Amino acid sequence: MSSRHEGIEVALTAKMQQGGKCLVPYITGGFDGYLEAISAAADAGADAIEIGIPFSDPVMDGPTIQMANDVVLSKGITPAQILQDIASLDVDIPLAVMTYYNVVYRYGLERFASSLKEVAISGAILPDLPLREAKPWIDATEKNSIETILLAAPTTTDRQLPEICENSSGFVYAVGLLGITGAREELASSAQVIAKRCKEITNKPVLVGVGIGNPRQAQEIAEIADGCIVGSAIVQKLLDGGGPESVGKFVSEFRTALDAI
Amino acid sequence: MNEPTDQGRFGKYGGMFVPETLIPACEELETAFRKAWGSPDFRKELDDLLRDYAGRPSPLTKCERLSEELGFQVVLKREDLNHTGSHKINNVLGQALLAKRMGKTRLVAETGAGQHGVATATAAALFGMECVVYMGEVDIERQALNVFRMHLLGADVRSAVSGSRTLKDAINEAMRDWVATVEDSHYCLGSVMGPHPYPWMVREFHRVIGNEAHRQCLDVLGKIPDVVTACVGGGSNAIGIFSGFIDTEAELVGVEPAGGAAIERGIPGVVHGSLSYLLQDEWGQVLEAESISAGLDYPGIGPEHAYLADTGRARYEKVADSEVVEAFQLLSRTEGIIPALEPAHALAWMSRDREFLSGKTVLLNLSGRGDKDAMQMMEVLG
Repeated sequence: MSSRHEGIEVALTAKMQQGGKCLVPYITGGFDGYLEAISAAADAGADAIEIGIPFSDPVMDGPTIQMANDVVLSKGITPAQILQDIASLDVDIPLAVMTYYNVVYRYGLERFASSLKEVAISGAILPDLPLREAKPWIDATEKNSIETILLAAPTTTDRQLPEICENSSGFVYAVGLLGITGAREELASSAQVIAKRCKEITNKPVLVGVGIGNPRQAQEIAEIADGCIVGSAIVQKLLDGGGPESVGKFVSEFRTALDAI
Repeated sequence: MNEPTDQGRFGKYGGMFVPETLIPACEELETAFRKAWGSPDFRKELDDLLRDYAGRPSPLTKCERLSEELGFQVVLKREDLNHTGSHKINNVLGQALLAKRMGKTRLVAETGAGQHGVATATAAALFGMECVVYMGEVDIERQALNVFRMHLLGADVRSAVSGSRTLKDAINEAMRDWVATVEDSHYCLGSVMGPHPYPWMVREFHRVIGNEAHRQCLDVLGKIPDVVTACVGGGSNAIGIFSGFIDTEAELVGVEPAGGAAIERGIPGVVHGSLSYLLQDEWGQVLEAESISAGLDYPGIGPEHAYLADTGRARYEKVADSEVVEAFQLLSRTEGIIPALEPAHALAWMSRDREFLSGKTVLLNLSGRGDKDAMQMMEVLG
């Protein structure tokens, strides 16, 4: 059995047990060359990959991911086509999709969960589906053992944080700052705070995303967290026309930085 | 009209579908609103503002000449005579007062036609708060007068350049702003939509329209009207007037633009924080609404309207832009009242269905005045 089929939590936990730090790049599904970019990222040492399924109204995303979304949507590429592409993708690390709840709701919750299973995608991140609304979706994933990665935000209260960590599977997505996706000059101090808060109450992998745009920031946050998610900075490489090679090269820089800890 | 459930639902519609970052803010807002709404101090402060600043109660006007032309009795609830020119001020004064109590110093708003943006900028000026208004690039062009008014009032008007560059995208931008500024900012949402508690809270702030109108109908007409009608984009003015007649025999009719008829052409879906009828494609991508009126250019509808439609307590009609243009002129010509393009939709339905309405008494919520649309109509009418 390849590690693609073991699921995200198993793979990331194994990495942690070996003393390593986890790296999860985000790549916009449907974008020109995205399948090659996923392979390049996997070859460059990613531990799992998050594949974006573009949605018309991505409220959690900043300008970079919005722009990549618009490019894909304007070509009329559908969520089903992206899932179909991924089915034939030959990578040996677990995959997750990131999309918005209406895409899933329209697909049908059970149908979406089983479609993910069919193409060997292990998990889903739905940033506009908070824990208090997530039960129907989590129930629908049980039969297909899809992992639902929940977000923990800097504003999340001490009362709600344990519930989020408990119900999240795959890993806990600690949102590094108050704001939407996008690279920032400096790592926000809120990133360390939320990573620490999560680490204190859960044994699940805690990865920080939003605002991690360069290897230095990744290294800085991984001192506390179990790893990080890098999205906009990678998508920007694709938007700039760098192609899959630029993604592979960039991901390997993060890998080197994290391995140096 | 009842409170939504603990999960913020009207039937199956509504909810709190926002990033986890905003959940504490929405929950805090729900608690603060519940407390304020039950507090005589808050109610008095708001009532005083509505009377002394906004000019409430708004009058009820019997339309002699229009009634004669249409063949049934028409009365107008004159929300166009409120300060800032529309019903939007009711909600904004309520939310701004609440935001102040919650210690927020900055108001964020979206606007379509600009009426809600102007109202929010007005309240921000009144309370000495910072104000940022997001407006679609397309709407900034077609509503230049309101953009100027917002600037005069000290607001920072920011252009939403993504997607259809209209109201829907302005809401996305406002929510993105709020995700980043939630600690000191209040999102002053302008309709009965968005995550719980907004659909409920905004309805309560507009309930004054229906309460006044109910009383005024008894005074002026000596009875409850047979039909109560209003235009529906998100649906705030309609919910406001419906709330005063929900427990009566009156038929409730919401009127949507044909290019944004969420009830007739929509499918339940989740966008901007709640589950409701939504114009979307088979993959759940939200479609762009198209309407002559920037204020109704919205692909969704407030969740309580979805519930009222499903239960049959209200019904929803749609009208074409060309019918709206005629209605706009009809009211101007017969009553000396230039309506906003939004309520002209409800009038357009009345005019079209005049046979059905024959012999009845119809109450129309005239939600705003037409000054803002004069330039656009000058072009349309050549």
